[in-house]
Amino acid sequence: MYSRTYKAIVSAPPLLWVGFFLLLPYALMFAHSFWAVRDGMLVNEWNLRNYQTLLSNPVYVGVLFRTMRIAASVTLFSLLLGYPLAYYLSFHAGPRKELLYQLVIVPLWVSYLVRGYAWKTILGSDGVLNGFLQYLHISHEPVGYLLYSPFAVVLMLTHIYTPFVFLPIYAALEHIPRPLVEASQDLGASPRATFFRVILPLSMPGLLAGATFAFVLSLGDFLAPLLVGGPSGTMIANIVQSLFGAAYDWPLGASISVCILIITVSLLFMTERLEKRWSFK
Amino acid sequence: MSAGVSSLPQTAPGSGAPLLEVRGVAKRFGAREVLKSISLDITAGEFLTLLGESGSGKTTLLRLIAGFEQPTAGEIRMAGERLDTLPPYKRRVNTVFQHYALFPHLDVRDNVAYGLRAKNTPKSEIGGRVDEALRMVKMSEYAAAWPSKLSGGQQQRVALARALVNRPQLLLLDEPLSALDANLRKQMQGELKALQREVGITFLFVTHDQEEAMALSDRIALLRDGALEQVASPREIYVRPATAYTAQFIGQTNLLHGEVRGGVASCGALRWPVSVSDGPALFSLRPEAIPLAADGAAPPDAVHFHGVIRQQIYGGSSELLEVDCGNNQFLRVRIPACGPLSGQHEFVFSAADAIRVRE
Repeated sequence: MYSRTYKAIVSAPPLLWVGFFLLLPYALMFAHSFWAVRDGMLVNEWNLRNYQTLLSNPVYVGVLFRTMRIAASVTLFSLLLGYPLAYYLSFHAGPRKELLYQLVIVPLWVSYLVRGYAWKTILGSDGVLNGFLQYLHISHEPVGYLLYSPFAVVLMLTHIYTPFVFLPIYAALEHIPRPLVEASQDLGASPRATFFRVILPLSMPGLLAGATFAFVLSLGDFLAPLLVGGPSGTMIANIVQSLFGAAYDWPLGASISVCILIITVSLLFMTERLEKRWSFK
Repeated sequence: MSAGVSSLPQTAPGSGAPLLEVRGVAKRFGAREVLKSISLDITAGEFLTLLGESGSGKTTLLRLIAGFEQPTAGEIRMAGERLDTLPPYKRRVNTVFQHYALFPHLDVRDNVAYGLRAKNTPKSEIGGRVDEALRMVKMSEYAAAWPSKLSGGQQQRVALARALVNRPQLLLLDEPLSALDANLRKQMQGELKALQREVGITFLFVTHDQEEAMALSDRIALLRDGALEQVASPREIYVRPATAYTAQFIGQTNLLHGEVRGGVASCGALRWPVSVSDGPALFSLRPEAIPLAADGAAPPDAVHFHGVIRQQIYGGSSELLEVDCGNNQFLRVRIPACGPLSGQHEFVFSAADAIRVRE
């Protein structure tokens, strides 16, 4: 078949790439998390103090949990918006399916940063949303927590990630053979029962893929909290950024990164096991 | 083309009020008229086959009865009650799909139990009924198997069990055997027929295979371009086809374009007595109705003719001959296997076997 030399040559570039740009930085990061900073200088002194600081400092722990809550909220709301959208498109859109699909994808062409600034404008005290609420006499002065709050972060990230949750769910739904839906109804299950007994279970792999995507990416996001989060909406990635920047404590930053990595990898491992279990056909 | 309801010969096998009444049902998809005013009665306990080519509307009619489509005109009634206004999950009708449509995320037992669970059948009852259904289709050992691990024939049986377990009043089968290989198909045909007799449920079977239809049905409804061509028992439809299309679709035939004058029909070199008024008339004469005169057949209304054998196709138990009767007239003749023949021979047929057909 293929000679060993050939296989070695062909697999070398991607392996080198992954090794150099992924495994090596991970290894360095892991090493750094056990080192320290003394007198503003990085020293290779192996210790566990970074992890102790991280776990005992309420600020860091608090932000970490807030980040996970935000990620969970974003995932939940993206699913609540994305799943019905995918379902409608797949089963009820008829001839307009293609057009509507493009409409869902198109916002992804707009830069993430631009959309963030758009939300700043909409949610601000002089922004469109506040103006609208006052116009309707629902509120009499600008609502403060719309911007620079966890609410704003969740809102913005949900907006960003709903299309990403929509895509794998839509793909999974499209793969469900329509005769199965007919068979279910033929056997006496109402459309609602058919959804819960047939469609939802068969769309699980897509749902898991989308949810994982939204959660993992939200977990590590730093741009949304930077633009619209304010002090109350700071997420763990912002902390890491400052530790590698102005606060200059690479080892501590590295230890937080290792923590996030462990959480993410555990999650991916779990969802992969679940996906295998729930993917028949 | 096809005449109205009243002129279609409908011979019912049983008695009593029909189980299913289809009245003036039509279906249009955009500009295409797939069904053009179909009216049909189905008797309880009968095995009725909807037979036709692709595009004849047979599957569409089945889907209308199942509830997956809505008729653009007409109504369907079951046991007197309006059926077409009900969604599929409220109809006492179950379907066996062409590609089985088994739920991949459920094992065989859960697939079969699906309908019972959907209608909240008490748990204590489900187990027994599922076992009974699996026994009927001979799939009892596969109760814990997964659909993706089963062969086509096995999946077919599970699909059948899944439908029958609900004890529907009417079972719809959409070309259920077309995906099976020839031998398995013949075997399943036998099993299906026996099962229907045993269970007594009314079967509405769709197929394009006329041999299958003949073998299984109590009655055949032949569909052509969205209209009913003829509805009759297999024997009736074969021996007394109403139209040229029917005569040619089911079995083989010779279509004789005859001219009738004074009680005698003539077509090429053939002349035979008929009781038909003067004018052009079309006749169907089956190949197996034309034995060799030498074989001794001599019915009272025998018609003799001579022809040269141009082609002989051996079929195991019979020979199919192409006979040149002169004047560019060719007849297909089927005689019992007799070894190679050639040259001119005398043939004979009974005038009564030349059936007058429409169009």
